[in-house]
Amino acid sequence: MKIKAKGVTNQTTIQNLITYAIVILFWVFIQIWSMAGQMTSLLNGLLVPICTYVILAVSLNLTVGILGELSLGHAGFMCVGAFSGAFFTKAMASVIPSVGLRFAIALLVGAAVAALFGFLIGIPVLRLKGDYLAIVTLAFGEIIKNLINVLYVGKDSRGLHLSIKDVASLNLEPEGEVIIKGAQGITGTPKASTFTVGILLVLLALFIILNLVNSRTGRAIMAIRDNRIAAESVGINITKYKLLAFTISASIAGVAGVLYSHNLSSLAATPKNFGYNMSIMILVFVVLGGIGNIRGSIIAAVILTALPELLRSLNNYRMLIYAIVLIVMMLFNSAPKAIAMRERLMERIKGGKGKGAA
Amino acid sequence: MKKVVSLGLVAAMAGSLVACGGNSAETTTAAATETTAAEAKETAAQGEKEETEATDGGAALEGSFKVGVIGPLTGDAAAYGLAVQHGAEIAAEEINAAGGINGAAIEIQAQDDEADPEKSVNAYNTLKDWGMQMLVGTTTSGACIAVAAETVNDNMFQITPSGSAVECVANPNAFRVCFSDPDQGTASAQYIGENKMATKVAIIYDSSSVYSDGIRETFVSEAPSQGIEIVASEAFTADNKTDFSVQLDKAKEAGAELVFLPIYYQEASIILKQAADKEFKPIFFGVDGMDGILSVENFDTSLAEGVMLLTPFAADAEDAKGFTTKYVDAYGETPNQFAADAYDAVYAVAEAAKVAGITPDMGASDICDALVPAMTQITIDGLTGTGTTWNEAGEPNKDPKAVKIVGGKYEMQ
Amino acid sequence: MSFLSYFINGISLGSIYAIIALGYTMVYGIAKMLNFAHGDIIMVGAFTTFTVVSTHSGNPLVGILAAVLVCTVLGVTIERVAYRPLRGASPLAVLITAIGVSYLLQNVALLLFGSNSKQFTSVVNIPALKLAEGQLSISGVTMVTIASCIIIMIVLTTFINKTKMGQAMLAVSEDKGAATLMGIDVNRTIAVTFAIGSALAAIAGVLLCSAYPSLTPYTGSMPGIKAFVAAVFGGIGSIPGAMIGGIILGVIENLSKAYISSQLSDAIVFSVLIIVLLVRPTGILGKTIHEKV
Repeated sequence: MKIKAKGVTNQTTIQNLITYAIVILFWVFIQIWSMAGQMTSLLNGLLVPICTYVILAVSLNLTVGILGELSLGHAGFMCVGAFSGAFFTKAMASVIPSVGLRFAIALLVGAAVAALFGFLIGIPVLRLKGDYLAIVTLAFGEIIKNLINVLYVGKDSRGLHLSIKDVASLNLEPEGEVIIKGAQGITGTPKASTFTVGILLVLLALFIILNLVNSRTGRAIMAIRDNRIAAESVGINITKYKLLAFTISASIAGVAGVLYSHNLSSLAATPKNFGYNMSIMILVFVVLGGIGNIRGSIIAAVILTALPELLRSLNNYRMLIYAIVLIVMMLFNSAPKAIAMRERLMERIKGGKGKGAA
Repeated sequence: MKKVVSLGLVAAMAGSLVACGGNSAETTTAAATETTAAEAKETAAQGEKEETEATDGGAALEGSFKVGVIGPLTGDAAAYGLAVQHGAEIAAEEINAAGGINGAAIEIQAQDDEADPEKSVNAYNTLKDWGMQMLVGTTTSGACIAVAAETVNDNMFQITPSGSAVECVANPNAFRVCFSDPDQGTASAQYIGENKMATKVAIIYDSSSVYSDGIRETFVSEAPSQGIEIVASEAFTADNKTDFSVQLDKAKEAGAELVFLPIYYQEASIILKQAADKEFKPIFFGVDGMDGILSVENFDTSLAEGVMLLTPFAADAEDAKGFTTKYVDAYGETPNQFAADAYDAVYAVAEAAKVAGITPDMGASDICDALVPAMTQITIDGLTGTGTTWNEAGEPNKDPKAVKIVGGKYEMQ
Repeated sequence: MSFLSYFINGISLGSIYAIIALGYTMVYGIAKMLNFAHGDIIMVGAFTTFTVVSTHSGNPLVGILAAVLVCTVLGVTIERVAYRPLRGASPLAVLITAIGVSYLLQNVALLLFGSNSKQFTSVVNIPALKLAEGQLSISGVTMVTIASCIIIMIVLTTFINKTKMGQAMLAVSEDKGAATLMGIDVNRTIAVTFAIGSALAAIAGVLLCSAYPSLTPYTGSMPGIKAFVAAVFGGIGSIPGAMIGGIILGVIENLSKAYISSQLSDAIVFSVLIIVLLVRPTGILGKTIHEKV
């Protein structure tokens, strides 16, 4: 997504509409598919995770592709969103009986808390550059995971109690309820996430990001990416725009976290789901789909989430195959020689067609 | 554009792979079991075995019950999931050889969840697509809680071999074979107190594990009433589970006479080694996760001399000999408590199925309705306890056994 | 006395981080890439030693040599097959390929050796050193680890400053284009860097598993990340920086485990890293690069 001249604004709109259409068609297709009774349980169960990862990939693409900063701590924002959202749903169970309404507010809570974290972390982090920025985001992600693992929060008639030691030190009344239980996390979150909600959130995330990219703000952000000093010299407030992009990206990741936490009844911060491995996983979606290419992120996230599950029949070999696919894809996509070869091939095909027509 | 092209390429590649896998899974019963197990060679051999069995008793066994197993078969907790898978397979083989359930065979398929709740739900859905009628799983607590929320929706009968967190069996359709975490914590404190083993106790636990943290919590709350003083409570996390020198130093300095280790055997084996290097020699006391420590490859078993553990199973016990021999022959390693729990779980399912009189043509939900009341009527003399019964809450009723490691062997106390 | 004991253990842990970090930092300095598979080469080294020692009832020295050989060949092969075709591509593409290689190595090890953890027999048989009437005990592994770290550091610095190859490495890390013009074979120089980095990883693997005797296919990943942090901490690309970063990281980790919280030690290590980077945005010994338009 390079900066577009004015004349091609229409084309951008068309491209964006195609992206929305792909997502909506996917939803329609799945609906028809399941009405026809063709859905397997596996595929059915994968739908919400796919939406979660699509949202994460799209939001990280804002940081990596549009803002041009490498972040290895995206899972941390997802973690914050997941925990704050699930916490809200659990804590408000008696106040707001409707699960749907609680879930809707939880989405907002998750987005707000993650945005706050994104903002607070962004202030120091965005002063750094390149790999140093990457390592600091990785560090923040790990710190968040570590802190959540020692956090105990309980609720009784006197209000909320907080501790980083153990349940006993919460001093709860006998009828009080422990909501976040250290490493055991939050259990019993109602399963409110559905595929339709997931798709709506994907569309919302796309709407926010695509509009941002094509706005004055977005052009300022991309100007910073392409040449920071030049951008500064024409009066763009670097800090403001960087922080803005980073915060929005974090906030959308928080929404994905809420979706994640309301899809499973047990939520604990483990290295697998909220550690740096997950951050890297999301980064893989972004890079494979094409840095800055939102539609590519969506497709890559869908394929790479489904791939290991569809390879289940290969047992132990599936992760091996996955690794090989990843390497081959990267070589095929990015190696200068492979690109040159592909271009020659494309030219020949095109050339062949031209002759055929003539 | 080129990205889209190459992504499509991968999709096609993946699609063809899946198609290959799919074909083999759809063929026959024996082939289906073949696709389940982790080690292709082993299962191939086993598949043949089962096939011959099927032909031997072909007249006797009609149809089969599809029993799913879920556990981490890859990833750093794979040792536990593989043990569960292997234990369940041995039990199924034995039951089939002895005439099956109500004239039908048991067919096992295991799916990998990497001990992750999300993957575990995927594994569960895969098994549902296969036509699973009963679930033996899942192996780890966190994943088990997530899957339990799915099984109760589907009304699928679930018995977890080793999911020890309280919430694992909160639903009426779920049962477990192992003790719950609070039970283990309390029982350990009581055992230490009653046998006057120590008054100053240090705990080293995995603060990132639901299992370890759960046991520690109840141990700490029971300790004062048993006259136990907790002098040090040191944690480690999944990211830092190879260096215990600081935790051991602190326990040593606090003057601990006994170190309570509510953790799995892989970490415990390192703790024992590092404690020996430091010449720190308290009594080490573990729970069921400690079982298996003697089979850690290249582990100097003399380091474990005198270690106590409260576990329902000991591979060297007289009544476990038959199982242990079979297990070693088939998989080349000594079974641990995970394998024994899974073995008992399959037997419990078989026993309950006999009492309930279910047949393979029944749907999963009908089977669940029939099995749940039957579970509270059965009594199992299994590897992990004689005369085990289950209550309606899904908890087993059996006595924990204290095991001491003497001369490189587990010895019942 | 206990403080000293924690401190020395921290230096020992830090020395291992430092040796791993050297591999990271050299590769980064020259190829400008984060080799995420470096941690898994450690694991391969440890498994090689384990296999050689246990099957050939062998001498630990033979095991170490075998590990160094296997890892060197592996490192060079990975560079040739997976990284060299990507030279000139975006650094992120190389990063993701490295992650792919890391998954690959882990899963191959999982298939070959299984997931059960193996207890690694220490290759060091030196008795512990007792000081202050037995109050302070320093294990043989600790001493060997610290000593190896110092030796490696000296040899490496000499190699870079005194040999032609070392100078070529410096030149390539400064400016690839200019180095090519001066007749330096860039591909060969990078291959040698990978060879040295991987050989160091093999040694680190053996030391790591001697000190903390558990060996699984995932053994290398966490120390790998910590060492990466250490390399950044000291200023990535700088050899003394990696050394200092590693040791400081190890000491902070051990002391915070001992005196603050064993659960939060990682959080504390990472917080210190963040603070250091905020004060010195290119690490302790990193070069500040002035941006030009």
